[in-house]
Amino acid sequence: MSLVELPTTAVPPARRRLAGRGLPLLRGTGLVGHLCAIVLLGALLVAVFGAAIAPHDPDLTNLSFAFVGRFQDHYLGFDSQGRDLLSRLLAGARTSILGPLVVVLLSMLFGTVLAIATAWKGGRFDTIVSAALDVLFAFPAIVLAIIASVVIEPGLKAASLALSVAYTPYIARVLRSAALRERSRDYIAALEVQGLRAWVICVRHLGRNMLPIIVAQGTILFGYAMVDLAAISFLGLGVQPPQADWGVMVATGQSGVLQGYPMESLCAGLCIVVVVIAVNLLGERLSDRSTLVTR
Amino acid sequence: MLIVTLFVASFAIYAAMYLAPGNPIAALTGGRTPTPQAIQVLEERYHLNDPFLVRYVRWLGNALTGDLGVSIPLRSDVSTLIRQRIGTTVQLVAFASLIIVVVGIGLGVLGGLRRGIVDNVVIVLSTLSAAVPSFVASIILLSVFAVNLGWFPVLGGGDGFVDQVRHLTLPAFALAFSSIALVARITRASVREEMGREHVQTAISRGIPYRLIVRRHVMRNAAIPITTIVGITVASLFAASAVVERAFTLNGIGAYLIQAALSKDIAVVQGISLVIVAVFVVVNAIVDFLYATLDPRVSLGTSAS
Amino acid sequence: MSAADGRLLDVASLAVQLPVGGELRTVLHDVSFHIGPGEALGLVGESGSGKSMTARAIARLLPAGAVTTGTISYAGGDVTALKGAALRSYRAEVAMVFQDPRAHINPVRRIGDFMTEALRTNHGVSKADAVARAIGLLAEVGIADGQRRLEQHPHELSGGLLQRVMIASALLTEPRLLLADEPTTALDVTTQADVMAILDDLRRERGMALLFITHDLELASAVCDRTAVMYAGQLVEQRTSSQLHDDPLHPYTAGLVGARPRIDGDVTRLAAIPGRPRSAYEAPAGCAFADRCEHVEDACGEARPPLEPIEDGFVRCRRATELRGMLRAGGRHG
Repeated sequence: MSLVELPTTAVPPARRRLAGRGLPLLRGTGLVGHLCAIVLLGALLVAVFGAAIAPHDPDLTNLSFAFVGRFQDHYLGFDSQGRDLLSRLLAGARTSILGPLVVVLLSMLFGTVLAIATAWKGGRFDTIVSAALDVLFAFPAIVLAIIASVVIEPGLKAASLALSVAYTPYIARVLRSAALRERSRDYIAALEVQGLRAWVICVRHLGRNMLPIIVAQGTILFGYAMVDLAAISFLGLGVQPPQADWGVMVATGQSGVLQGYPMESLCAGLCIVVVVIAVNLLGERLSDRSTLVTR
Repeated sequence: MLIVTLFVASFAIYAAMYLAPGNPIAALTGGRTPTPQAIQVLEERYHLNDPFLVRYVRWLGNALTGDLGVSIPLRSDVSTLIRQRIGTTVQLVAFASLIIVVVGIGLGVLGGLRRGIVDNVVIVLSTLSAAVPSFVASIILLSVFAVNLGWFPVLGGGDGFVDQVRHLTLPAFALAFSSIALVARITRASVREEMGREHVQTAISRGIPYRLIVRRHVMRNAAIPITTIVGITVASLFAASAVVERAFTLNGIGAYLIQAALSKDIAVVQGISLVIVAVFVVVNAIVDFLYATLDPRVSLGTSAS
Repeated sequence: MSAADGRLLDVASLAVQLPVGGELRTVLHDVSFHIGPGEALGLVGESGSGKSMTARAIARLLPAGAVTTGTISYAGGDVTALKGAALRSYRAEVAMVFQDPRAHINPVRRIGDFMTEALRTNHGVSKADAVARAIGLLAEVGIADGQRRLEQHPHELSGGLLQRVMIASALLTEPRLLLADEPTTALDVTTQADVMAILDDLRRERGMALLFITHDLELASAVCDRTAVMYAGQLVEQRTSSQLHDDPLHPYTAGLVGARPRIDGDVTRLAAIPGRPRSAYEAPAGCAFADRCEHVEDACGEARPPLEPIEDGFVRCRRATELRGMLRAGGRHG
């Protein structure tokens, strides 16, 4: 019972908000959601074209410029090796953003397939897969990445793979309950009666109707993936120096921090923080929207 | 379930490491070409020729008695190496947990009970701190409070209680930073949700004073989700402390795990991974237990999902 | 008006507006009634008619941002202005029984905590004393093993038992006025009658006044001295229960009477009021019932009729006198 015994208006508030202005993909996320999307789009463009638009060679070292501040067209100055900091930030966006993106795509793929398959089949298959995922739950993402760096080799590939596997149980669990909810709806039964094949229903209808939740979860996951991947690179087990990467730069800049030149670490850290804030805010709004739609 | 999970996890850890490239003999001899006799001696001493399952069962059996094998590069007992370092990690995690509980729950309750400016400040703070990863927080805290202001020591562990606390303050805050946001957010949402419950209306209608309503009905009921999120967070800190320990060059098991991974010290990676996974699983089990004791509707034994 | 004229609770021209999506919406409009000590008043209406909101206004449980005008006075004092300790002591004298006991009792605390909380916190009764009194009242509401029940949690009790617990704990502090908001609606049919009988008996024994809110006109007539009918946030008629039932003066009341199944019936089908109920903010400009009334005239749409006194009560219909006596037959639709 609600506190206020008011007759509900014909149109629920969620629907009204969704019908508001905005791009179809972002509808209902409000001004903040759209601003975040712009920030993320910018970050994605830098990730793809960053190395090309960098004003200087990000790998060119000149020790006599070490820790020199703003100088001519070197707007952010130089790092401990005398490399142009702005160029390294731009070039570093590639692994820092595309890396987590790959992780998200992989774990969303694993997670969605497992969620829909277990929700659809149920029974023993569901029990076994859920038990296996429970064991995987026991491995914190960082531990899995460290093990992967030993078993495979330290690098972006091992780290991304490890994170994709580590996140899968979380995604599978959330999406499984969404899939179960969707599975119990009448239209699915109607489609089954019509004799449609299971995988057609799963992909065309179930998967499609779960899309808002999938997108929201993927966005939220991107924030985690970005932080964890950067942390692994910071530890020296991810992207390997001298390649530019924000996580690596926070680590290599640490010697500068201790000597009173924190620019490299702070700039790289700030890049991570800004992208993560944008992702979190957008993810929150997409997730609010998806719960409104599916209820 | 707990035992099964740990068993399967230990097998996964051992099997993965078994597949790791690298030749233990080369590591043992440090690059010199050993004589065939020397190789045979080493192989026997470290049981390098036994089948995989035999080695796993022996390793697990020893692990249960507290013996995690020998670090080949250091020629030293892994359990001893871990024991020397785990104190630092436990202290760091305990300190960070304290900060998370006090600041996170404090901010969350404040935001949940007060609307308007206070609530908005809490939301902005938690949005910001949620986005600052522990290693970035480490760098910022180091730069501001250690290097520029000189209030705290830059690196290392320190001796004696007061000095240790001083040395652990910045790392603990760095470790706690993003978790504070998570706990604050869940606390705020639960407090707000409980405030709107019908049974709170009942208590109000009976003229129970506000602070008692908050304590007996709102906080008591919100304690259920809050305990869960705090527990999960604390469980994950043991793994996350690796990053902070490395940033502050603390001599804990996390930093040691990284060092071992970089130097391919298989036995140490196995040992510490097992410890971290075990702690994670056990803390989560404790959380489930607490959940069941806090919520009379959940009986022990049924899953607390 | 004061307690001296024999009124315990006096509600006059009460209007309430609630903030909905940035605007204020009227949910109650010109509600007036009074209850004397030991008297029972029934408040009848469909959901959305404002009857629960009236009880919440009296109990000072309106949501934040609600705007109240008009007066609610209790024992001569203004209820809407009460604050702090004064408000709490008012609440000690006015107890509320809610519709859904499962939601209105804290699920994580024991029944004993729930029952003795007010006694121990506000009345300074010792724990042992409070427990003894709780067990005594549980026995009165038909729960024999009170000792055991006090140790249990709400989820271990059925809805009917929980509502008895709720009633017992409302009576425990010996209030002078009981607000009962559909106390039996959430229960299954067989327990409804039991619970209602208990509530009625105990109230009479103690001489407590009662505001009984229900959608069931028949039930209100059986339990209450007088009954008031609400429609679209307004009081449309208020009479002694038997008169209201046998000789309704407002076409809406007549519709409600006709909508009840009858045993002595010469009708084969239940009557229904055409159209759907209106809430206060969407009611027509003139008489709120005009668009559903079969006796409507053009003049009904022009101005909102006032609540006019009539021998044993009040009615809000400009054709009331003219239609008198015709409504019982004419109110039924085939």
